[in-house]
Amino acid sequence: MKSLLRSLQQIRKYPSAIIGIVIITAMVLLALYTIATIPYSEAIRLWRGGEDVWGENPRLAGPAWYNLFLRQKQPTTLVLNSRDGAATKTVATSPTSSDAQDITLLFTFDYAYDGFPQELIVFLEAEYEQRPPHASLFWRTPDDREIRLGEFPVRRSETYRLALDSRLTRRLRSDRPEVALFADPDADSPTPLKGTYELEVHVHTFEADTDVEAKWVAYGQLHGLAGTDHRRRDLMVALMWGTPIALSFGLLAALGTTLTTMFIAAVGVWFGGWVDAIIQRITEVNMILPILPILIMVGTFYPQGRSIWVILGAVIALSIFGGAIKTFRAIFLQVKEAPYIEAARAYGASNSRIITLYLIPRILPVMIPSLVSGVPVYVFLEASLALLGLGDPVLPTWGKLIDNARAQGALHNGQYYWVLQPAVLLMVVGLAFAMVGFSLDRILNPRLRGL
Amino acid sequence: MMQANTLTIEDTTETQNGTVLSVQDLRVWFELRRWGFGHAGSVRAVDGVSFDLGYGEAVAVVGESGCGKSTLMKAILGLHLPTEGDIVFEDTAISTLGSRRMQWYRSHVGYVQQDPFGALPPFFTVGRILEEPLIINGIKSSTERQERIRRALTEVKLTPVEEVTVKFPHMLSGGQQQRVVIARAMILQPKMIVADEPVSMLDASIRVEILKLMRALQLSHNLAVIYITHDLSTVRYFAERIFVMYAGQVVEKALVDDLLANPSHPYTHALLAATSDPDAANAETFREVPPGEPPSLVHPPTGCRFHPRCSHAISGLCDTQEPPEFDIETAHLSKCWLHR
Repeated sequence: MKSLLRSLQQIRKYPSAIIGIVIITAMVLLALYTIATIPYSEAIRLWRGGEDVWGENPRLAGPAWYNLFLRQKQPTTLVLNSRDGAATKTVATSPTSSDAQDITLLFTFDYAYDGFPQELIVFLEAEYEQRPPHASLFWRTPDDREIRLGEFPVRRSETYRLALDSRLTRRLRSDRPEVALFADPDADSPTPLKGTYELEVHVHTFEADTDVEAKWVAYGQLHGLAGTDHRRRDLMVALMWGTPIALSFGLLAALGTTLTTMFIAAVGVWFGGWVDAIIQRITEVNMILPILPILIMVGTFYPQGRSIWVILGAVIALSIFGGAIKTFRAIFLQVKEAPYIEAARAYGASNSRIITLYLIPRILPVMIPSLVSGVPVYVFLEASLALLGLGDPVLPTWGKLIDNARAQGALHNGQYYWVLQPAVLLMVVGLAFAMVGFSLDRILNPRLRGL
Repeated sequence: MMQANTLTIEDTTETQNGTVLSVQDLRVWFELRRWGFGHAGSVRAVDGVSFDLGYGEAVAVVGESGCGKSTLMKAILGLHLPTEGDIVFEDTAISTLGSRRMQWYRSHVGYVQQDPFGALPPFFTVGRILEEPLIINGIKSSTERQERIRRALTEVKLTPVEEVTVKFPHMLSGGQQQRVVIARAMILQPKMIVADEPVSMLDASIRVEILKLMRALQLSHNLAVIYITHDLSTVRYFAERIFVMYAGQVVEKALVDDLLANPSHPYTHALLAATSDPDAANAETFREVPPGEPPSLVHPPTGCRFHPRCSHAISGLCDTQEPPEFDIETAHLSKCWLHR
């Protein structure tokens, strides 16, 4: 055992192994950070919630770091809420009625991007008894043009989508008010006019104690560290939560299959005879069974119970009688004949003691590299299953992001970030484990040393 | 009352006279299979071996490779089950023992192997290697285990104990490794030791030391020793009696000095003639070596198994009837028709 640890220390001599360990450590830290900051229930809420969670996110927005590489800077989302004091509120009593008031909410903001926003929405909330207040909206550009927007009664919760106001689009002679309102009228091609804009929400109330709050959202073209998908969900949640899932799935599947396989091989070799024969026949039959179609079948027949842990169990169950049994058996057959095993039998060691204390330590040098190199295999398997639509229906995973992106035609529509981010993470994890695994193989299997 | 009686009987067997091990017409055959299930004859590795071994007695079993010495030894260690016959240890036939009683038997028999490095698990320290038999045989107290390890290592002269116990086998020399193997065989305070060519893989310079060590341990602990070797030159250091094996049978049993001075079986003659002796004159003299090869153990020759290679074979007798053991003189038996 100590000699094993000593040889593991040689890993310092392999730069690729160090890079791999650094990547794996970073991934593990990311996974721990994710679990600590976004607990499971929170992640589910963020991923499976609704408009209330993703309402302020733009749709299909690229990651915000795109701006570092773009010459024409694209806008990110601007949210101004009068509740947070982002608007100047003035209240004037109406000259006509003592109960009536004129409430003015003035949103002032700078716009300095080279692209237009994706969508413009004003959310209004009013508190009233009988008669809803009436709102009229005005838009002032930096070059002092004033444009009248919509006029409408404000019910308790009102959403005013500028692009859906047909009178406004007719007045602006454009289907896209978000372009028309920001465009420089003198430019040939639509270019945003930079400067300070004003949005005035003028509300006329008819009852005393009526109050109105407004939220102004100019959806950007870019969002967050990872962008959003077709349902306005922040991909960062899925990318972060995919890390602990991928790592734990890969590690548990690799550990579970390697350890059980090793133990089965050891039992077969030690007892020999018909025990060995049965194990070998099961292995041979199992080796020619295709694992992916069986997993697809499991996923299709048990859609309700298709959690990632059911899939993990099925993967382990299908892999324990895998080809690794043959490799382990070959080594065990050699070790079994060692004189020290005969000596152990002669001083009365039991079968289980010989298997666990005398046979298995000799296989650790072979087992550990194959265990480490086996992790990405299962990470990729989980991603493949998700890509086939057989992943966990609740949890956000990397494979599921790729699956969503494929279903929405992300690559045809130029949303490369949607596919590339999870794909790169998958490849980095695979590469890291492979680099560590190959180095361990060289350290622990002396015959490969110096190659 | 009964229990008290059995206890006293056991106590009397503990006295150091009498028979510790009795091998009775032992046969160990290995079945040959055709296509995995059909019976295709048997390899008769040990075929009718009987002898008694007294407390504190050392016997050497000699014979060429493939004569069945190792199979005999493994049958005595309980690693092979006898096909026929039995091995009786202190009035207990070991083939009838359940696993718990088998453990008791094994704790009374030490085993010294040929290849000292292979005999020690490379991933355990010396301390752990010696601790294993103690743990398995239920010595719970760690301090007692350490005390016994210390005593065993001191007995085989591997000191200082603290330095040796933390070492791995590959850090020791061949002689030191063999001392650890002997310490492991001794640590359960056995009544009998089976030594399978314990010095054949060691340097000539340390062979005598190891043999002297084993002899000293044998005398001080009154151990019965079965010493298996193909090298007659080391027998004299060690054994009182000597058994010569050929093709699965013991062909001659005698006291060592008797046998060396007065070999009676033709095979023993041949074996003695083949023993190397560092004498310059040997280079010029021609030795008579029996022609042919050891016989097939699947289809052994009829009659005396040595007759196809024997220059004294009597036609019509040696090739048809198996010779019984003839008494030549006291404690000297020969399985040859020449002595009828």
